[in-house]
Amino acid sequence: MGYDLNLRVWRGDSSGGELGDYTVEVEEGEVVLDAIHRLQATQTGDLAVRWNCKAGKCGSCSAEVNGRPRLMCMTRLADFDEAETITVTPMRSFPVIRDLVTDVSFNYEKAKQVPAFAPTPRDADGKRRMQQADVERGQEFRKCIECFLCQNTCHVVRDHEENKPAFAGPRLFLRYAELDMHPLDTNDRRKLSQEAAGLGMCNITKCCSEVCPENIKITDNAIIPMKERVADRKYDPLVWLGSKIRRRTDREEV
Amino acid sequence: MAQSLRHPMTGNRMDPSAEQGGHGFEAHEYDVVVIGAGGAGLRAAIAAKDAGARVAIVCKSLLGKAHTVMAEGGIAAAMGNAYPDDNWEVHFRDTMRGGKMLNNWRMAQLHAQESPERVIELEEWGALFDRTEDGLISQRDFGGHRYARLAHVGDRTGLEMIRTLQQRAVALDIDVFMECTVTEVFTESGRGGSRVSGAFGYWRETGRFVVFKAPSVVLATGGIGKSYQVTSNSWEYTGDGHALALRAGASLINMEFVQFHPTGMVWPPSVKGILVTESVRGDGGALKNSEGNRFMFDYIPEYFKAETADSVEEAEGWYADKKNNRRPPELLPRDEVARAINSEIKAGRGSPHGGVFLDIASRRDAEFIRRRLPSMYHQFKELADVDITTDPMEVGPTCHYVMGGVEVNADTEQSSVTGLFAAGEVAGGMHGSNRLGGNSLSDLLVFGRRAGHSAAYHAFRTADSKPALVDDDVRAAADHAVAPFSVEGAIENPYTIQKDLQDLMQRLVGIIRTGEELTESLAEIDKLKERAKYLTVEGHRQYNPGWHLALDIPNMLLVSECIAKAALEREESRGGHTRDDYPGPDPAWGARNLALTWNDSAGSIELKRQPLPEMPDELKPLFEDRS
Repeated sequence: MGYDLNLRVWRGDSSGGELGDYTVEVEEGEVVLDAIHRLQATQTGDLAVRWNCKAGKCGSCSAEVNGRPRLMCMTRLADFDEAETITVTPMRSFPVIRDLVTDVSFNYEKAKQVPAFAPTPRDADGKRRMQQADVERGQEFRKCIECFLCQNTCHVVRDHEENKPAFAGPRLFLRYAELDMHPLDTNDRRKLSQEAAGLGMCNITKCCSEVCPENIKITDNAIIPMKERVADRKYDPLVWLGSKIRRRTDREEV
Repeated sequence: MAQSLRHPMTGNRMDPSAEQGGHGFEAHEYDVVVIGAGGAGLRAAIAAKDAGARVAIVCKSLLGKAHTVMAEGGIAAAMGNAYPDDNWEVHFRDTMRGGKMLNNWRMAQLHAQESPERVIELEEWGALFDRTEDGLISQRDFGGHRYARLAHVGDRTGLEMIRTLQQRAVALDIDVFMECTVTEVFTESGRGGSRVSGAFGYWRETGRFVVFKAPSVVLATGGIGKSYQVTSNSWEYTGDGHALALRAGASLINMEFVQFHPTGMVWPPSVKGILVTESVRGDGGALKNSEGNRFMFDYIPEYFKAETADSVEEAEGWYADKKNNRRPPELLPRDEVARAINSEIKAGRGSPHGGVFLDIASRRDAEFIRRRLPSMYHQFKELADVDITTDPMEVGPTCHYVMGGVEVNADTEQSSVTGLFAAGEVAGGMHGSNRLGGNSLSDLLVFGRRAGHSAAYHAFRTADSKPALVDDDVRAAADHAVAPFSVEGAIENPYTIQKDLQDLMQRLVGIIRTGEELTESLAEIDKLKERAKYLTVEGHRQYNPGWHLALDIPNMLLVSECIAKAALEREESRGGHTRDDYPGPDPAWGARNLALTWNDSAGSIELKRQPLPEMPDELKPLFEDRS
């Protein structure tokens, strides 16, 4: 049931590279990462590729398969015609280190800029109480496996290196939204997400949601509600009045 | 400090003026260096930082990708949210009995006592656990636990835990050296034995070397599963910490005990071994053979008879009424279930692809399954074309966890080498001969924190007499690391050696073992060790997986030899060690550990029997029959 797969893989480093053509034996039920591993074990021992869990849980093996941002471990060969050549290239929005491995430090730098969770004190018995319905909104965002495919796809930074300093990207908007919707958090990060993280630069084309392997509704459930909350804060006359008469708000602006 | 002097990957300082000594490599000085960024490593680093130490985390993968993300079911902690009768004593008893009383009692006690606070602490740092009706952290049923006690987030608890700890570590501004592999822990011989002086590693990205000077090193490197063919473990699980500890002079205990998780995927071949969480059974899933029988009722051991349901009716009643019914046999400890599945398959009652059936589809409604087991639903749908809400899964045993590890002091997690600490899977003793599900995530938190504190205090105590790095040792480590590029007559492919090792461990040192096969395995490992001298590596040092594997292989071989040696020595069956030629437990063996050490001058592993630490009298009544 196995067959010979025509595989085209980008090989090179920051100074340049090219697509290499390979023929790899593959078996029924395999995924693109299996083919890459077999190539590595039998023909190209030094082929650089990141992977860990091989089960869609760690988000390490992100790449572009026939131009589409995917996790290689969750892309089944059965979805392609046996005669079709499968082309695997590194994520385009990040600098290449070598072969399929890119420098994703951008995402870690942006993560450092998010002010940490700051909870209210515990209840008298030393525990905390939250309702399931209230935690579920944040739980959807915390399904994120940090594969950075959304960051890679977002047209604000894809091929627009100049926007990176002012734009944190969909992954981080999820994080801002998660903290903003956390029942116990005491910080107000709306101003920060709008200004420093560049939420305003997103024009909700939903490309990020489309490529999310966890099917998180990034645009609908995180970005749009965050934009609305930012707008509320900016334009709501009651909020404006409240801030003028120094009414205590629930959350502290950071 | 100027931006240009920071590493592009990690943002860590790369100030040339920080270079020191005569070795000429990038150098850093810390109080505590933590190797590994899974649950234990991150928790250790947070604790050390909280104690005021200068801390570095060094990890082989990107931050947040460690194997902890694969943990699904939950964190065992007797918080009593679901059952107020639950407390640390019950959890302690379950843990000891699950480990067939071979556990280090003090570790099991600390673990049971401290895990509830460790879980609540995660909530403090932003974790969002599933809730009970009254808003507390929900707790789920798992094998071997008397009460529902696993704090969880659907079936992706490990991801929640690692993300929470990762974000906490970032908030504390802890330095992280990502994609950096440690190949050597340095020691300095001093009064009363050797003590740690630092560590040596390479950046995977560039292949350049990096030297850490530190009086305390915490090993948090996880396990050894990559030495087996069918495993739930990732590429990182090459036994690095076990091997580093041995070579630094520490001892390993309980290495014969390897946990085969009863339920791994068996088809398609590409995913063979990937974990199917125990929560499927905790939430009502039943194991069936090809004849449709719930065969686990035929495999209830004498030891657990008193607490296990012996009829389907009673088992079914248990989910709703735990007071008047005993647990279903599907929720026996993992070693029991794995052996039963193995026997059914051998007896010809397996599923089409060589497993057995795990059925939740006919027992729970689709909405419940998708809500409680979202990632299992996703995993089977995407990778095997199976809809678990309508069809049974096919599952079989997969190498999952090593109970054995570095022998440590139960309270401080320090090994016999001063300044060398170990926590999590790389440490031994806590789980005895078999680990209960859910006890791993809690183990990481409890002992990670303890190790971090102890490591920090050790560094403070030695502030006036810091150990020194020896330049010759550093240069030797560097020479050793680049050796695979220039071996004369090199013909062996590292990927082939790894595959051959996996085949042999699976075949000869698997779930069911015999003296004859174990002897054969040691001879086979010797042959592989010989072949491994001639590994050939192509290309250069920049992000070269072939080279990385070539450096991991000696660790895998060393640890595999430890497992096989200890397994041959222990002539009984207990927990994660089953000998076909010694089928029952032996009380004499129940009072002993096997300790392994590295004899550097002889270049060989030494094994000795040592008495198990004895539980104090006041804890013994917990184990009197009271079912």
